[in-house]
Amino acid sequence: MDTAFPLFLMLLFAGGLAGAMLAMGEFIGPKRLTSIKLEPFECGSTPIGPGRQRFNVKFYLVAMLFIIFDVEVVFLYPWAVIFRDLGVFGLVEMACFIFILAAALVYVWKRGALEWE
Amino acid sequence: MSYIWLILLLPALGVIINGFFARWVGRRGVSWIGPGVVGLAFLVACRAFFDIWALPADGRLVEEVFYTWIGSGRFTVEMALQIDPLSVVMMLVVTGVGFLIHVYSVGYMHDDPGYTRYFTYLNLFTLSMLVLVSANNFLLMFIGWEAVGLCSYLLIGFWFERDSAANAGMKAFIVNRIGDFGFLVGMMLIFVTFGTLDFTEVFHAAPGALALGGPTATLIALLLFVGAVGKSAQIPLYVWLPDAMEGPTPVSALIHAATMVTAGVYMLARCSALYVLAPFALAVVATVGVATALFAATIGLVQNDIKRVLAYSTVSQLGYMFTACGVGAFGAAIFHLMMHAFFKALLFLGAGSVIHGMGGEQDIQKMGALRRHMPVTHVTFLIASLAIAGIFPFAGFFSKDEILFSAFASGHYGVWAVAVFTAFLTAFYMFRLHFLIFHGTSRVDREMARHIHESPRVMTRPLAVLAVLSAVGGFVGIPIIYGGNKIGAFLAPALAHTEAHAPHAGVGTELGLMAFSLAVAAVGIALAWRWYLARPEVPGRIAQRYRTLYRLLLNKYFVDEIYDDLVVRPARVGSEAVYQRFDLRVIDGAVNGAGALVRSFASAIRVYQTGYVRNYALSILVGVVLVMAYYLWL
Amino acid sequence: MNVAAINISLGGIGPLLILSATALVVLAIDCFWPSERRSHLAYVTVAGCLVALGATWRLWGAQEAVFGRMIIVDNYSTFFTGIFIVGTTITTLLSIGYTSRMGIDRAEYYALLLFATVGMIMMAQGLNLITIFLGLETLSISLYILAGIQRQRAASIEASLKYFLLGAFSSAFFLYGVALTYGATGSLDLEHITRAVGETTFASKPLLLIGVGLMLIGFGFKVATVPFHVWTPDVYEGAPTSVTAFMSVGAKAAGFGAFVRVFSISLQPLSPDWTHLLWLLAVATMVVGNVMAIAQTNIKRLLAYSSIAHAGYVVVAMVAASALGTSSVLFYLLVYTFMNLGAFGVVLVLGRQDEEVLAIDDFAGLGRRAPALAAAMALFMFALAGIPPTAGFVGKFYIFSAAVQGGFVGLAVIGVLASLVSVYYYFRVVVVMYFMEPAGEIPLAPRSAPATVALVIAAAATLALGLFPSPFITAASRSLVAVLF
Repeated sequence: MDTAFPLFLMLLFAGGLAGAMLAMGEFIGPKRLTSIKLEPFECGSTPIGPGRQRFNVKFYLVAMLFIIFDVEVVFLYPWAVIFRDLGVFGLVEMACFIFILAAALVYVWKRGALEWE
Repeated sequence: MSYIWLILLLPALGVIINGFFARWVGRRGVSWIGPGVVGLAFLVACRAFFDIWALPADGRLVEEVFYTWIGSGRFTVEMALQIDPLSVVMMLVVTGVGFLIHVYSVGYMHDDPGYTRYFTYLNLFTLSMLVLVSANNFLLMFIGWEAVGLCSYLLIGFWFERDSAANAGMKAFIVNRIGDFGFLVGMMLIFVTFGTLDFTEVFHAAPGALALGGPTATLIALLLFVGAVGKSAQIPLYVWLPDAMEGPTPVSALIHAATMVTAGVYMLARCSALYVLAPFALAVVATVGVATALFAATIGLVQNDIKRVLAYSTVSQLGYMFTACGVGAFGAAIFHLMMHAFFKALLFLGAGSVIHGMGGEQDIQKMGALRRHMPVTHVTFLIASLAIAGIFPFAGFFSKDEILFSAFASGHYGVWAVAVFTAFLTAFYMFRLHFLIFHGTSRVDREMARHIHESPRVMTRPLAVLAVLSAVGGFVGIPIIYGGNKIGAFLAPALAHTEAHAPHAGVGTELGLMAFSLAVAAVGIALAWRWYLARPEVPGRIAQRYRTLYRLLLNKYFVDEIYDDLVVRPARVGSEAVYQRFDLRVIDGAVNGAGALVRSFASAIRVYQTGYVRNYALSILVGVVLVMAYYLWL
Repeated sequence: MNVAAINISLGGIGPLLILSATALVVLAIDCFWPSERRSHLAYVTVAGCLVALGATWRLWGAQEAVFGRMIIVDNYSTFFTGIFIVGTTITTLLSIGYTSRMGIDRAEYYALLLFATVGMIMMAQGLNLITIFLGLETLSISLYILAGIQRQRAASIEASLKYFLLGAFSSAFFLYGVALTYGATGSLDLEHITRAVGETTFASKPLLLIGVGLMLIGFGFKVATVPFHVWTPDVYEGAPTSVTAFMSVGAKAAGFGAFVRVFSISLQPLSPDWTHLLWLLAVATMVVGNVMAIAQTNIKRLLAYSSIAHAGYVVVAMVAASALGTSSVLFYLLVYTFMNLGAFGVVLVLGRQDEEVLAIDDFAGLGRRAPALAAAMALFMFALAGIPPTAGFVGKFYIFSAAVQGGFVGLAVIGVLASLVSVYYYFRVVVVMYFMEPAGEIPLAPRSAPATVALVIAAAATLALGLFPSPFITAASRSLVAVLF
């Protein structure tokens, strides 16, 4: 019970945050319903039509960028586990890592890879 | 002898200046620098000669190590020169004869647009040849060996606007590959056997490490001989040399007569310590040598191109030198090499002078009675012809007789008989050439006759110097008289001797043999006089009566055609499609069997280079399956 | 968890860090201060390379396993690092001018060159199969992009895609091989693998052999040995010439760097099981490479087949499997870097926009029109053919004498024969340059001073390594004395 309690707290907190965000969107957000907005959401592409149509290559670009950053962030977890053992060295190392990630993000941004048009 | 590096530096300077700074020194500068550096190198060689001479006979071996070239653990090769009687003699020949030919070239190539390129190549050749003859190990020698070959191809193809010249260059190149292969594999075998490539160490260790007549000694000797056969144009690889005459005539004189083609003989003499351990290899050398001598001489009988006659004569004389090596008389081979350098260079330069005076004509049937127009060329050419025919007291008499005597005295009577018969043929075809060019009635067309002129002095002076050498050069090796054979005694410490070579024939025999060969040569000359001057209708009648034989000789035994049929044509038929598809200008028309054969094979497997990724992946997969199969079932 | 046990040594991976940082700087400069002409990025790259070369120099003599035995710093890896960085420097110098003519003058080009070099260094410094695989992928991915960087040309894209597909294919084999080897020996650490193999404590011999065989295929693909060479001609032909030059020396050297460490050093106890296979591979590679080269009319394809043949010579040295053999690999790869980059460099310098000089016949008359360039090309051709006194000769001689000493006389003879065949097609280029009249005057590309410098360096090194090879041979053999195990 003692060990599981923080986990339970974590679950509660996460669920609460997600619920709160949805709720806030529901209450605060403006609502202008059009026929397009009422369609099922399909990440921006037309949901109805033949399946073998051409995709805009930008989807892949964004997907790739997402995957790369997503996977690299996973490295933070093992580091967090032995954070205390690694000490200052680990901190500096991770700072370098984050810096390189950030540099890559800046590069991608500056190059316009995040622009849709 | 620390100054010896100068002998390499001087021609190297010539290459650099003529090759890269010709614009600054101008044509005039090139004319001075090209021959000048070789002349200075000759002086260095002279100094080296006298310094070696001053040493006691058994101490005449100086090694100048510049630095360790390749060194790793037990395996070291040094960048070093070896100065001993053999290399000094070769240096003198290369720089001395080379200098005269450089000077001659100033006149001969005067109007050629590639003047500076020519002297760059020629200097580079001199440098390479000096590396070849003065190296102290096999590897460095191989550097020179390859480099002289390279210069030779460049100079054969010098007038590349002519298709035949470019093709001849390629032919020489490909034929020499076979020889190089022998040399390289032989070198590897030496390395495996002795663990070193240093001449002194190898030759010192040879008698202990190799059994007399054992398989290793024989194999090494034969492989090196394959290299020599390629470079020195012996049967069956001689075919490139006659075609090499496409190059400028002074090049033929320097590279394809006096120096480079004798590299094979030099190598055999240098490795005499190995050859004396391989009697079978020596027998092969003697057989190939004497067969080549005879074979080439018979072709020379009927050729009509002045340079081709001389080319076949060169092949034949090289055969003599190999014969000498084969009977164990390495000293005689080098002696003949030296004398041959004098008179054959003179013959080629004389021929060049004739061609120059005739405005490029090379067919001796269109010459005749030129002696009035070209007195200097005539006299010098006559001296050279007498020398090569072996008439006393000219240079060739002494050297050729020593070879004949060595063959006889060592019991090779068959070799001796063939060699004597070849001497007869030599005297005959040389004087046929001489009479047809300089005597008899003029067959020159009238238009041309008015323009015939003697060459300028820059060309005739080298002729005169070479004529003097051809006339009296032989006296460095007087036989019979005790101490007369100075060159033989000088070279002796650098060479090994076979047991069989101990001359057990008496003075009487030697005198008798001399008289006999002199008589044979005289008969040859007389016959040439009778057929070509006294009764000029005879040769035509004989050619008519023995038509088959005549055509066989005129067409050089159809060897080129045989090679063509056996190697080139089958390959070509098989790759007809490839020939249409790919540009083959480079090898088209060349006697280039190896290339064509390999090409057709290449086109066969080219099919599988489709360009489709799936096929490539399949290829990799097949490889994977093979590797797996290897591991699982083998 | 003890940090000290990891043995962190930033100095040990200094060259790697410097090159990575340089790549980031290059990208950053172009992001924040964009400009039309980007030759300054090339100079930044060269500067980074030179600093990294200095750092490499200081590593000479060091010998330790760092970063938890993932990375090893020894003379062997340092020697290779030196080769890679020199290759990258020369490639970058050659690229100036060429890249702008070809429309590939982008920051990414230089950054990817640097990242590829980082991958190469990881391959040479890897003491763990995972590190080697990481390096392999870093290198390969950079090269996939570089091959296709000339987006407007279909051939370039095609080369990139082909290389990518087949590269991924072979990487999979390699990775599977690594996994099986791990399964058999219980470790990815090369030293542990050696011990396991030496004491025959591995789980199952067939498992190990298949693992080793699959790794061999991965390396065989990277260094282009027959039958895993099929991609080479198409990719070399399609990729921009500067990238081809880079690939042909750097990627090959890196492939051999890892190949030799894994096989000749780590799997040495297993050599009876792989020597014969390599023997076959060497023969097939030399024969197919040289024979196919003869039929080529395109200079880049010719050089592609020639590079396959050269991989064959290096495998010959690996077969010899002696100290002499392995040090001859190092020396040969050093020599090969200079002479091959030089040959590609001449092709590249001659290339003009859209119409690169690609057919061998386009070299006709070069001997007269550009004597210095033609002389340089002739030198590189002679060196590749192994004609003395160039470095190529010494390198080949060294390899074949290693083979002979190792008792592989037959292999050496085949090698000599194959290289004699090769003289034919190299010499043909020389013949065309000097002995043939051009069909029409092809105007020369404008001179580029940095490219000239690069060519002079390559030519001087090709000659110097032929005339004074001793210090380098000594360095190469010393690289082995210090190998950890």
